Amino acid sequence: MLDSILRILALTRKELLSVLKDPRTRMSLLVPPLMQALIFGYAATYDLNHVPYAVLDQDRSAASHQLLAGLDGSGIFERIADLHRVGDLATYIDDRRALLVVQIEPDFERHLLSGTSADMQVIADGRNSNTAGTAMGYVNSIVEQFNTDWRSTHGLAAAPLGIISRAWYNPNLETRWNMIPGLIGTLTLIQTMMLAAMSVAREREQGTFDQLLVTPFRPYEIMAGKALPAMAVGTIQATGVLLVAQLWFRIPFAGSYLTLYVGLMLFLLAAIGIGLLVSSVAATMQQALLYSMLFIIPFSLLSGMTTPLRNMPPAVQYFTAINPLRYAIDITRRVYLEGASLYLLRSDLWPLALIAALTLAAAAWMFSHRMQ
Amino acid sequence: MTVETLVDTNSWPAKLRRVRALVRKETYQVLRDPSSIAMGVVLPLILILLFGYGLSLDVKNVPLAVVIDESSDEAIELLASLQLSRYFQPQITRSMVLAQQLLLEQKVDGIVRIPSDFVRQLNAGHADLQLIVEGGDANRARIIQGYVQGAVGAWSARRAAQGQSAEITPVILQTRMWFNEANESAYFLVPGLIVLVMTLIGALLTAMVMAREWERGTLEALLVTPVRSDEILIGKTLPYFLLGMIGLAVCVLAAKFLFHVPLRGSLLVLLGASMLYMLVALGIGLLISSWVKNQLVASQLTMLATFMPAFMLSGFMFDLRSMPAAVRLITYVLPARYYVALLQSVFLAGNVWSVIVPNTLVLAAMAILLAISSRAVMRKRLN
Repeated sequence: MLDSILRILALTRKELLSVLKDPRTRMSLLVPPLMQALIFGYAATYDLNHVPYAVLDQDRSAASHQLLAGLDGSGIFERIADLHRVGDLATYIDDRRALLVVQIEPDFERHLLSGTSADMQVIADGRNSNTAGTAMGYVNSIVEQFNTDWRSTHGLAAAPLGIISRAWYNPNLETRWNMIPGLIGTLTLIQTMMLAAMSVAREREQGTFDQLLVTPFRPYEIMAGKALPAMAVGTIQATGVLLVAQLWFRIPFAGSYLTLYVGLMLFLLAAIGIGLLVSSVAATMQQALLYSMLFIIPFSLLSGMTTPLRNMPPAVQYFTAINPLRYAIDITRRVYLEGASLYLLRSDLWPLALIAALTLAAAAWMFSHRMQ
Repeated sequence: MTVETLVDTNSWPAKLRRVRALVRKETYQVLRDPSSIAMGVVLPLILILLFGYGLSLDVKNVPLAVVIDESSDEAIELLASLQLSRYFQPQITRSMVLAQQLLLEQKVDGIVRIPSDFVRQLNAGHADLQLIVEGGDANRARIIQGYVQGAVGAWSARRAAQGQSAEITPVILQTRMWFNEANESAYFLVPGLIVLVMTLIGALLTAMVMAREWERGTLEALLVTPVRSDEILIGKTLPYFLLGMIGLAVCVLAAKFLFHVPLRGSLLVLLGASMLYMLVALGIGLLISSWVKNQLVASQLTMLATFMPAFMLSGFMFDLRSMPAAVRLITYVLPARYYVALLQSVFLAGNVWSVIVPNTLVLAAMAILLAISSRAVMRKRLN
């Protein structure tokens, strides 16, 4: 038993040395996750803070000015042009200068003062319909505010029904709060899985795998020796991203670190298990890389980070059942934002444990099978 | 074949013959290695199918817990208008505690609570409805809030029409979404996916292939032959360029016939822009591989320098205008940004020359710059 542990540690040390001896590789393992966490932390948000818009105000009245002042004063909308002809409207949208064009018709104020409804038209550039929808939602709340003000200043009855809305865990509905905890898993997945996938393939391509075979190492020892360094790298990367989220973006951490790290360890084991399985199948490094890409890319896109899992058709949802990142993102988000306990996260933890157990066992079997 | 053409290695026919030989050798290599075929044909197909069906930001059939503290005709009517909306699947829940438990377990996405003095308040002129959404997915939460607002608005309008309230909405907002009237997220996600697929084939595959040649020293072996460095470049990249074009064809066909994304611009513009982008992606792959000369590092760097930015920083998912200035500056260096703008316009808006011309020019400039620098790097490394 002790011998076995010593052998695993020796192999781990050798593996870490071979990965870390090259300064470029060392840099490529530490710098990119931190840089990406910083850059993507700013980039990955569905919130808009700069919406260029153009106005075609055909009424030019006090009421229309009041309504537009609501837009201009929001700090989000920037008026880039006052249009005079309906014909200009299309060009501003077409060449992407404006995300929205607001049109107010000539008798806007007259309608309002006479006690009937007046229309305001908004045209949005739907080339990214999610952005356009968000911007229209902002316009809608500004119009709601205008309506409330108008009713109270002009002696109209208040709207019969209001909605008092609250959002749990994320009161201001900032998408950044949602994205950055998701990055902890996403940014570590790529490199840990690749490291694992390359580990055996590299030895095989360089012919050193045969040398390993004549040593007293057992298959599971070789596997553990390959998995541990990747675990170490993954843990360090995840911790780095976690620190960026807390110290730089100042997103409050609601849960327990123990819960988070239990989840992350299982996630890393599952990802490495898949990587090692790929490694045991691949004949060359190139194949190992390509096959691991075939997993990494769907894993990172279909993880629920940018688009919700529930929107996926059942067939695709079945596929995501083998995606460790899917569970990791749910775990990191819920521990980070909601302070979820291990018990609440059980539906994420057991699939990860199962994936890890199955893939690691299969990889060990493949190693011993290929050895004979 | 005369003796002169063999000796005169600079003549065009000789150059062409050498390039052709290299291309043939490289093509055999691609065809014999199942993993490159997987990358060129199978990967685009899997990606476009999985993501085309899997990625969606449309919010439909939201499970919603409705808590009615005191039953009344008005409350039932309100529930009916939530049931009528195609966005919700409301389920009546007996108590608030139960509803909160459902929200905690993510069985529902939101809670609508109709308070006990709802009718009394309504008769007094104004009642409030409680809405609780789960903020974990803020984008979705905001859309749900908007839909509840819409359903309540429809209910108010119906009551006003029936003369039950004297309510007048001062300003009614009428919205239109150009290029995507039905608000289908596939319309902008599928063109974005084409960018990801082209990036992967172009940059990643080339980076790995070339890094392997450097690692094995097979490029140096080519030196003793009369082949020139620029001929090696052409010979190595042409098969992958063609592989990329096959990937493009797969993607465009899927976009059109599977996901019904309209192609409103011309196919020629789409093809031209894609060829330029493919050249740029190939150039990046070549540069990275001749810089690091190691398969693992080259592929990781390429993933980090091309795939992740094309996903996060290209305007494919997230609006570029809302990023801080420093991050926005980075996006200007990324070729994916220009290709995303081109594809979204060509697919959805048509041939908008004011978008096509500047973006194509930038891509062309990048392609030329990358071709020159990879030639220079290759020469330096080989000599």
